[in-house]
Amino acid sequence: MKILVAVKRVVDYNVKVRINADASDVATDGVKMGINPFDENAIEAALQLKEQGKASEIIAVSLGTNANQDVLRHALAMGADRAILVETDSKLQPLAVAKLLQAIVAQEQPSLILLGKQAIDDDAGQTGQMLAALLDYPQATFASHLQLENNELLVTREVDGGTETLALNLPAVVTADLRLNDPRFVKLPNLMMARKKQITTLNAAELVVDTASRLTLIKVAEPEARKAGMMVTSVEQLLRQLRDHEGINL
Amino acid sequence: MNVLVLAEHDGQHLNPITLHAITAAQFWQSPVHVLVAGNALDSLVDSLSDIIGVAKVIKAEASHLATPLAEDIANLIVSISTDYQVILAAHSSFSRNALPRVAALLDVAMISDALEIKADQTYVRSIYAGNILTHIQSQDTQQILTVHSSHYIAASTHGGKAQISSATVPAAFHKTRWISTKHAQSDRPALNSAKVVVSGGRSLGSAENFEQILSPLASKLNAAIGATRAAVDAGYAPNDFQVGQTGIVVAPELYIAVGISGAVQHTYGMKDSRIVVAINQDPDAPIFQVADYGLVADLFTAIPAITAAIQ
Repeated sequence: MKILVAVKRVVDYNVKVRINADASDVATDGVKMGINPFDENAIEAALQLKEQGKASEIIAVSLGTNANQDVLRHALAMGADRAILVETDSKLQPLAVAKLLQAIVAQEQPSLILLGKQAIDDDAGQTGQMLAALLDYPQATFASHLQLENNELLVTREVDGGTETLALNLPAVVTADLRLNDPRFVKLPNLMMARKKQITTLNAAELVVDTASRLTLIKVAEPEARKAGMMVTSVEQLLRQLRDHEGINL
Repeated sequence: MNVLVLAEHDGQHLNPITLHAITAAQFWQSPVHVLVAGNALDSLVDSLSDIIGVAKVIKAEASHLATPLAEDIANLIVSISTDYQVILAAHSSFSRNALPRVAALLDVAMISDALEIKADQTYVRSIYAGNILTHIQSQDTQQILTVHSSHYIAASTHGGKAQISSATVPAAFHKTRWISTKHAQSDRPALNSAKVVVSGGRSLGSAENFEQILSPLASKLNAAIGATRAAVDAGYAPNDFQVGQTGIVVAPELYIAVGISGAVQHTYGMKDSRIVVAINQDPDAPIFQVADYGLVADLFTAIPAITAAIQ
C-alpha cells in the first residue's frame, strides 16, 4: 500500500509574524520557516503504518517554490521513501492545492492520503476535505487515532464535545490532529541519508490545473490587542471588582 | 436568491451557535433558509420555524443522517445548492468537516471562520492564530463560509413564522461507515456556548488536582471547564476541553484562566471573552497582558478561597 503525505512549508510556529510596510501582506522575508506541525503528525502516522507492515511506500509531496525542498528533506529524514515537489510561484489557496494534489493522486494512485488538519499560517483547514471531495473518497478529519484492519481504516476523530469513530474504505483521505501521535525527532545521520533520497520536481503548469486565485487579499491588519486591565492583590478585591464594577452575580 | 444556513443539532436540541449563524446570514438581505439534516426531526423543525429571521426550514430526514457523515451532508447541500447565493454555518468541527467538501464539489473557494462580513463579497478573517487579520474578497459567484459565532448576536428563538419543506435526501455514501460517537458525559454547559468558562493549565500538576480545584468553582458558577493544550497533552483533561487555535474558541461573559501562562495559541481561543480573570503565580505570565483582572497567587489556595466566597 502506497501512502501520499502532503506537507506545507509555513512560518515557524515560534515566530511572531508581522505585517509588511504597506499592510498588503504578512512579512515573511528572512523569517524562519519550517514544516507545518500537523503535517509532521501526518508523516508520523504514515511511518507507523509502514513499521506495522501495512504500508510499502511513503511519498511526501509539497507545493511551492524550490525553497520547499527543506520540508521535503525533513519528511525524507523522518523516513518517507521519496518526495515530489510541485513547483509554482503562485500563492496557492486550499482549493488550488486540492486540485494539484488530485493530479498527483491520479499519477501515484496511493491508497491513503494523509494531511495535517490545518496549516498554522492561514488556519483554513480545508484542503483535506476538498481533496476527498474532488476524488469522491471517504474522509476522516481531525484524526486522533488510526488503525488499519482488513483493508478498512478505523479512524477516531476529535469533534466538539467528544470523539467519533469511522470506518473508511480505501482509498481515503485522513487529516491529522496533534494528538494522533508524537512525531519522531530527526537525527543528524538521517538528515544526511535523506540527501540521497530522490525529490522529483514537477512544474505545476504541467499538471493542467486551474490554480487561479479566487480570494483576493485586499489588506492585512494587526488585530486590536486586548488591553491588560488591573492587577488585584487579593481574592476579596477580585470578587469585589467583579461584583461591583462588572455586574457579575457571584 | 437565498441564503442557506446549515443547522447544527444533536437530534433534539439546536446548538445555540446556529442562532448566531442565522444572524450573520441576514447580511445579504435575502430570504434565509435553514437546512436541518437528521432523523425524526419534527420537534426540532417546529422550534426552528419559530426563530426570527428564518423564512424557510428545510427538513432532510433519513435514517443514515442520524449520525451524519460529512460526505452525506455535502451531497445533500450540493443537491439543493442551485437555489442559494450563499451557504454558511457557524464554525465548528461539524461545519469544518462538511463545508469544504461542499465548496470543492461546487468549485468555490471557501472562507473559514469569518469574523466580519462586508459589502462586495469581502470578509475579515484571522490567520496565524489570530495574530493577523486579513480582508479578503471572493471572486466566486456563490459564497461558502463558516462564521465566528461569537461575533454575531443570537437570533431570537420565538416569534418567527418560517415555512417548512422537505428535501429529497441523496443516497447514502457507502465508502464511510459510522461506528460510534462518544460524548463527554457532563452536567455542565457546552464549552462553546457557556456563559462562564473556568480553564486550567499545566500548573495544576495532575488530573486529580485539575478536577479537585476547578470542579467546585465551575459548579458554583455553572461554568464549562476548559484547558490549555499543555494540560490536555499532559492528560489532566480530555481533548474536547481544549481552548485555543486548534481546539474550541470560546467567548463567555467571564473567563477564568487558572495557572495558564497565556501562549498565543491559547489566547486565540478566549480573547473575545467579555471579562478575563487570570490567576497565576508567575507575575510575568503573558496571560496578564490580556486579562481584565490579574491576581498573582498560588492557585491551590486562591481558587478554593474564591469558591468558598461565592454564594
